[in-house]
Amino acid sequence: MKNRLTELFKKEPSKKVLSIFCTAGFPELNSIVPICESLEENGVDLIEIGMPFSDPVADGPVIQEASDVALKNGMTLEVLFRQLESLRERVSVPILLMGYINPVLQYGLERFVTSATSVGVDGVILPDLPLPEYRQQCKDLFANNNLSAVFLVTPHTPEDRIRELDSESSGFLYVVSTPSTTGSKLEVVAEQQEYFSRLRAMELKNPLLVGFGISDKESYERVCEHMDGAIIGSAFIRCIRESNDLSGDIQAFIKSIRS
Amino acid sequence: MSFYVNKEGYFGNYGGAYIPEFLYPNIEELRTSYREIVDSDDFKSEFKKLLRDYVGRPTPLYFAPSLSKACGGKIYLKREDLCHTGSHKLNNALGQALLAKRLGKKRIIAETGAGQHGVATATACALLGIECVVYMGQVDTERQAPNVARMKYLGAEVVPVTSGSKTLKDATNEAMRDWIAHPITTHYIIGSVVGPHPFPDMVARFQSVISEEMRAQLKSETGNECPDIVVACVGGGSNAIGAFYNYLEEESVRLVAVEAAGEGVDTDRSAATLALGKDGVLHGCRTVLVQTEDGQVVEVHSASAGLDYPGIGPQHAHLHQSKRAEYVSATDEEAFIAARELSRLEGIIPALESAHAVAYLKKLSLSENDTVVVNLSGRGDKDMESYFSFEESRREK
Repeated sequence: MKNRLTELFKKEPSKKVLSIFCTAGFPELNSIVPICESLEENGVDLIEIGMPFSDPVADGPVIQEASDVALKNGMTLEVLFRQLESLRERVSVPILLMGYINPVLQYGLERFVTSATSVGVDGVILPDLPLPEYRQQCKDLFANNNLSAVFLVTPHTPEDRIRELDSESSGFLYVVSTPSTTGSKLEVVAEQQEYFSRLRAMELKNPLLVGFGISDKESYERVCEHMDGAIIGSAFIRCIRESNDLSGDIQAFIKSIRS
Repeated sequence: MSFYVNKEGYFGNYGGAYIPEFLYPNIEELRTSYREIVDSDDFKSEFKKLLRDYVGRPTPLYFAPSLSKACGGKIYLKREDLCHTGSHKLNNALGQALLAKRLGKKRIIAETGAGQHGVATATACALLGIECVVYMGQVDTERQAPNVARMKYLGAEVVPVTSGSKTLKDATNEAMRDWIAHPITTHYIIGSVVGPHPFPDMVARFQSVISEEMRAQLKSETGNECPDIVVACVGGGSNAIGAFYNYLEEESVRLVAVEAAGEGVDTDRSAATLALGKDGVLHGCRTVLVQTEDGQVVEVHSASAGLDYPGIGPQHAHLHQSKRAEYVSATDEEAFIAARELSRLEGIIPALESAHAVAYLKKLSLSENDTVVVNLSGRGDKDMESYFSFEESRREK
């Protein structure tokens, strides 16, 4: 069985990828599969499903709130995998699961990998899983099950570490745009350009997708000039938060980014 | 068996640095430099001088005659409540602030529960002229209002945290987010022996002065550096580690850590992590956590804001697993009663946190010749309102 994620970038290497992040169990307990269907219908290339956690320190307030709502709705990994049983009859784009390590450890690492591959998940992003522990406990398990691991780099990640994270990633490398909230917008843009060119010049093995701070057409197009695509999370969560018409609002949102 | 951190940052099965990549440069900077800095002669002499002249160390080791009579044994109180700012927290806050200064940091952030660590950090920052921001759960800003006022008066900014349970765990989340957003300029002074490596080890080293002094003081008092038992309260566990640190390899010394049982470990309003928790990962380390089957961290309860934390330091998790220390608990009510008893018997009003350690003395079934040291981690001024409302509720019954 081929990994849809690695296939995606092989098929059309020059295509700019749009990835959407959505927390499972938000806004309603059963929303995630219909949302994935809608995203695919509107041309989204890749979907990251967020596994909610009570203490999401690497996320901003919007995703934390979505996480809290999802947990109140009763979302757990057990429930999520049950919901995703029908996923591959309905959705064919690559799917990643993104979340924190603790719920995965409680579910059981091997059991998690088995459940994920059996429902057709292609990759996993666990931002608080350290590299040494990944190598020791996950690397072989993921590889044997054809599951990609995607790691993050930030503007402060040193070059040798970027290479290390690139070599451990498969599918793509998650490029965090500047986490800093200081400085004028222009300064931020100039800093970003420098960071993107630096990454480009490194000739890494993985495609580079940019996440954090991408919210509209302008920011999407700006990163696509330099990188292989972008990931939108909080802006999408805001779009569906108060939606009475999920499929209509999702269509309008994706159009607003990529028309 | 080693009770100390190994080179991978683990205490047995617990510890490590489970952090998102954003924090990697900060943690790596600390990991590679903290030992070199804190072990340097220059740092040691500055820190030592400040501990003596500013914090007021060594703190007394006081033989408590009336408490001894009431509980049996020979009971000594290690008077951390007499430290400047009113608790042991300044030992660590000052040590880390000096470290931050040497790392060229311009800004310091901290989380706080009862407010003792926040006050200690605000104090250290005022002393060293560093900008200070303290994150505090909104619930805690209300129940510990005097400490909020002290922090502000010292020039710190206090940010009330309204996410999640609005207590210590959420304040820690917000402080971590701040650190993520300001990785270069800012140092995060974690107040307990929790967080990613090297924090648990670093904080333990700064607090180890407590048991270093105990040894010398007991020696001159009794002729023996080692007591039979050391008792301390434990939330995250910084005062307990400080009191245990220099006795870990003395097998004859019983180490007893008292968790906050809240309304009882068999109720859903308790904060006794080791009694109720399972292995997991929170705030950057692998440790024991109170959590649901699905791995969501549970809100815990204790009347004392300083013990209201669903995790425990990884070194404690290891001392528990290896059975080097005993982890027991005392309820809110037992702590309140012990606080009043200590106040009336010895004229010492303890912090509600520390009162948990005092409360356990009666359960130790001490014999006359047992020498016990209780680490009295803080003073009770901040808890007077709670103490009075407890007295009132008892009268109503």
